[in-house]
Amino acid sequence: MMAVNWLARLGAIALEQFRGWGHAAFFLAELLASLPAALRRLWLVVAQVHAIGNRSLVIIMASGLAVGFVLALQMYYALVTYGAAESLGLIVNLALVRELGPVVTGLLFAGRAGTSLTAEIGLMKAGEQLAAMELMAIDTKERVLAPRLIGGILSMPILAILFSAIGILGAYVVAVLLIGVDAGNFWSIMQTQVDVWRDVGNGLVKATVFGAICTYVALYQGHETEATPEGVAYATTRTVVISSLWILGMDFILTALMFSTP
Amino acid sequence: MGKKGIETMVGLFVLLGMLGLVFLALKAANLGSVSGGDTYMVQARFDNIGGLKVRAPVRSAGVTVGRVTAIELDAKTYLGVVRMEVQRAYQFPKDSSAKILTAGLLGDQYVGLEPGADEKVLAAGDVIKQTQSAVVLENLIGQFLYNKAADSGTAGAKP
Repeated sequence: MMAVNWLARLGAIALEQFRGWGHAAFFLAELLASLPAALRRLWLVVAQVHAIGNRSLVIIMASGLAVGFVLALQMYYALVTYGAAESLGLIVNLALVRELGPVVTGLLFAGRAGTSLTAEIGLMKAGEQLAAMELMAIDTKERVLAPRLIGGILSMPILAILFSAIGILGAYVVAVLLIGVDAGNFWSIMQTQVDVWRDVGNGLVKATVFGAICTYVALYQGHETEATPEGVAYATTRTVVISSLWILGMDFILTALMFSTP
Repeated sequence: MGKKGIETMVGLFVLLGMLGLVFLALKAANLGSVSGGDTYMVQARFDNIGGLKVRAPVRSAGVTVGRVTAIELDAKTYLGVVRMEVQRAYQFPKDSSAKILTAGLLGDQYVGLEPGADEKVLAAGDVIKQTQSAVVLENLIGQFLYNKAADSGTAGAKP
């Protein structure tokens, strides 16, 4: 009898999980369907790019600079043993453009922009603003959620590019100006080995995908939150955890797809 | 902040992103070094291309004059066909030879063009006849061992 109860509980949990996935997929489909309508109200999108992109700029650029500094320092200590300190620029560049740029920007984006989106939508729900809009026959997906999704998808690649660019400049400052690696070698090895389409382009694709994932997770968590202070708090936490896990998982898949062929 | 202020800030944000992309493309990657301008395509067939990759540089006297655009295997002759684009500014004699060389001890492989003495120059679509394949370390060691064995064989048979 115990075993049967246990089995029933397990089944209920599984069913609840499937229902949640179905609900999330349906939410995504509705959101995608309302994207064209949101694009007609460009001003709403611009305002969201400001809220999501511009306001994340400081943390993203500061982190990029710090990552560039540290990468250059550590790489120098390792490479100088083999007399290959000139390759430092190349290694920092590839690490930033291919991986760290999109991934770290994505994680910071989830922490900075994702949480604020979840809290905003969650509080709109708790304050019954969403319900009030729907009473006035305003489609909240077109008016509130879709512009935020577009804003996130547009902002994230720009932020990732800035992260990588600032990181490379940071590595230049440490390696060339402080340590004394030859500046000509630093840039030329990068230029011969880094490909615009394969490396920079794929990094951009990654960043766009991560931006879409983060923003969608944030919006979904905000929209589905329990309308209490505690519920909103849990929802913001879940946004960070779920987006981060998705970014790390998707990064592996995208890297395998993009860089497996020679 | 008013509507105009927000628009200005977003404009600056996008501009900053564009500048970052231009920096990555031109300064930190190789878009600038590939002249999008006038090039002509030539082919060369090699017994073994070693580790040559698409986009590897084509050099003459150490100066990059073009890039490898495609590598395939000829189904009939089983030779590796390497297509490369050479900048129009550089004209090579028809009897030039192509070698697959390695940059430094452990560097990447590239195609080295050595000009011949012919008065006619290579035209688009021409095939470079004289080629020298990449040096494959295993073959080199194999040959060395074979020579050693042959030497000791003759040395043993002499007395």
